[in-house]
Amino acid sequence: MMKQSDNPGASTAFRLFTFLGSKTVRSWCYQFLLAALLIGFSYWLYSNVVDNLRAQRIATGFGFLPQSAQFAIGETLIDYTPQDSYARAVLVGLLNTLYVTVCGIVLATVLGFMVGIGRVSKNWLLAKVCVTYVELLRNVPVILQVIFWSVVIRNLPSPRGAIELPGGFLTNRGLTFTVPAADNGWLWTLVALFAALVLSALVSGLARRLREQHGKLLPVGRIRLALVIALPLLAWLMCGAPHELNRPELRGFNFKGGFTISPEFTALLLGIALYSSSFIAEIVRAGIQSVPKGQLEAARALSFSPWHLMRHVIIPQAMRVMVPPLASQYVSLAKNSSIAVVVGYPELANISNTLMNQTGQALEAIAIMMVVYLIISGTTSLLMNLFNRYVAIKER
Amino acid sequence: MQNGVLYWLHRHLFSSVFQTLLTLLLLTVLVLVGAALLRWGVIDAVGFSGTVEQCRAATGACWAVIGEKYRPILFGLYPYNEQWRPALAMLVWFVTLVLTLSPVCWHSRVLWPLWIVSLAAMSVLMSGGVFGLPSVASSDWGGLPLTLLLFSGTVIIGMPVSVVLALGRRSPLPFLRGLSVTFIEGLRGVPLITILFVAVNVFPLFLPPDMEVNKLLRIIVGIALFFACYQAEVIRGGLQSVPRGQYEAAAVLNLGYWHTTTKIILPQALRICLPAVTNHIIAAMKNTSFVIIIGLFDVLTATTAVMQDPQWRRYYIETYVFIACLYLLFGFMLSRYAVWVEGRIDASRNPEGVS
Repeated sequence: MMKQSDNPGASTAFRLFTFLGSKTVRSWCYQFLLAALLIGFSYWLYSNVVDNLRAQRIATGFGFLPQSAQFAIGETLIDYTPQDSYARAVLVGLLNTLYVTVCGIVLATVLGFMVGIGRVSKNWLLAKVCVTYVELLRNVPVILQVIFWSVVIRNLPSPRGAIELPGGFLTNRGLTFTVPAADNGWLWTLVALFAALVLSALVSGLARRLREQHGKLLPVGRIRLALVIALPLLAWLMCGAPHELNRPELRGFNFKGGFTISPEFTALLLGIALYSSSFIAEIVRAGIQSVPKGQLEAARALSFSPWHLMRHVIIPQAMRVMVPPLASQYVSLAKNSSIAVVVGYPELANISNTLMNQTGQALEAIAIMMVVYLIISGTTSLLMNLFNRYVAIKER
Repeated sequence: MQNGVLYWLHRHLFSSVFQTLLTLLLLTVLVLVGAALLRWGVIDAVGFSGTVEQCRAATGACWAVIGEKYRPILFGLYPYNEQWRPALAMLVWFVTLVLTLSPVCWHSRVLWPLWIVSLAAMSVLMSGGVFGLPSVASSDWGGLPLTLLLFSGTVIIGMPVSVVLALGRRSPLPFLRGLSVTFIEGLRGVPLITILFVAVNVFPLFLPPDMEVNKLLRIIVGIALFFACYQAEVIRGGLQSVPRGQYEAAAVLNLGYWHTTTKIILPQALRICLPAVTNHIIAAMKNTSFVIIIGLFDVLTATTAVMQDPQWRRYYIETYVFIACLYLLFGFMLSRYAVWVEGRIDASRNPEGVS
């Protein structure tokens, strides 16, 4: 592939000829030409932008960000009023994007695993039901699904004729349900639950070390279960065992109290999560089918129960095949959340769109959007790569 | 007993107590849901030629909404009296597609003239202005022809670009490689919506004030580039799986880069990754629906617009089921075709059926 031009006995003219004919030199020439073209083209575009912006009297730059946004946002995770800055509005949108993405990933993963495992079931009927689920959801455009759910919710009865569910109501204002009344005790219980999860992870690490180095077996499952139940319970009791509930009640035209999931959020979440779940189901199926049959036979010979077979033999090996495509599925779910524009859930793309229409700063709004999505995609694939290293085969 | 019906039932539905319970539960649910669907969709339903009054009276589905609204759904804003033109254009498109997909025509000497002629015919039919056909602006195009136009434009522009990008990513020239990687990863990292926003709102800023590019064309190019970045990664996979010996054999024959690539490497690479390529083509068909965000009148936008009619808006489920079926049918045909081509390739690789 490298130089073919060295020939000490040749004349000068011939040497120049071979010099130009050499692959290395030619490749540098090509690249130089390409770079020059690219720079020239970029400069042309840049000067056009400058001219156009001057003609339209639009000031460039991000100077508009600290100005007051003057538009209301329906759903926010942090405090926001129309007097707040554009920067804060973008932050609200970003948080909403992350919120719907995380909820979507959890829902899609749970559904996808259930359907994927169902697809490889021995039960013919179950397998067929799961195939139908996958084929139907996968082949209908996600945006059609989101619009469909939003129309379905909009056509539900109004709060006066609400559909009653155990502990909640389903109306065209969304899903309203009973939650525990706000109390510090609940917060501490949540903290305790989190601490218990961390502790139980530590316990299983410790148990593994004891097993590998000293051959001692700990009843890990029971210890972890006890931790996860006892610690939050203890915290709850110590805070005076709050048990008041915040029940939704019909007042006038809408519900007071309780917790409401908005129609926009529900439609978007259902649409993108169901769509992604059909792809995740296929990934799970492919992963499970990649486990060699001998592994199953060996586990059955050792009289593993179906649950243990799944938990200790199939899933760990299938994970290695599943994690890379799962990662790209999660990234695409995050990107699909941007179709909130059509149902009016105020996430990043929606806020950017409003910002673009209101200030005319199209370049800046789109630049913000692109950078944020690139960061989200990059972080997701980074995290999944780390996880991939954790589940990958460890040769010893 | 080994291969009778009872054996099959036992093995696949009733092999254990748990399996039996599961089967019975599923059967009950399926029968209940199936019966409800049948009552709603067929027994209690109003047919395609019904009226609003009949639909109000009926308890089941109202398919009359399709009979009433199929023309605005399929043709969008296109002038009512001229709608035979998009219909004919769709027919031309369909025939061209069928010819393209049949192996008899798989030759560049057939395919290029075929597409040039049919594209010309379709654009004459759609925009008019010659042969006494009234002229129709592209902003009035809509419905299914627009969806098909977006789809075929995406594939026709996107496929060559994706091959170039994939070759660029595998190129030994570091600058070219870096450029391709940046372009591919940059576009793959952002949602399609940002590309559409760029095509509609930002792209005109990059052109001289007196130069204007048709909005539809800008959007098609945007979607095509997005498609090309995903397809480039698929084709890269194909390129990587061409055995090294093929490159070496070409080098021994003293073939240059272009001959090696176009005659030896690319045909093999494309053949290897054909299933994945068709998967992305099907995805591209679904992705055309994103243009609803920028107000282009494709099938989905037209349907949503039709659903604003207060008389018919309560029959939204029937309408959305109808266009979901259009997408399903089309996607199903493409994926069946992909399976068939795969089988054909396998057969041509192992003519005797031995591996």
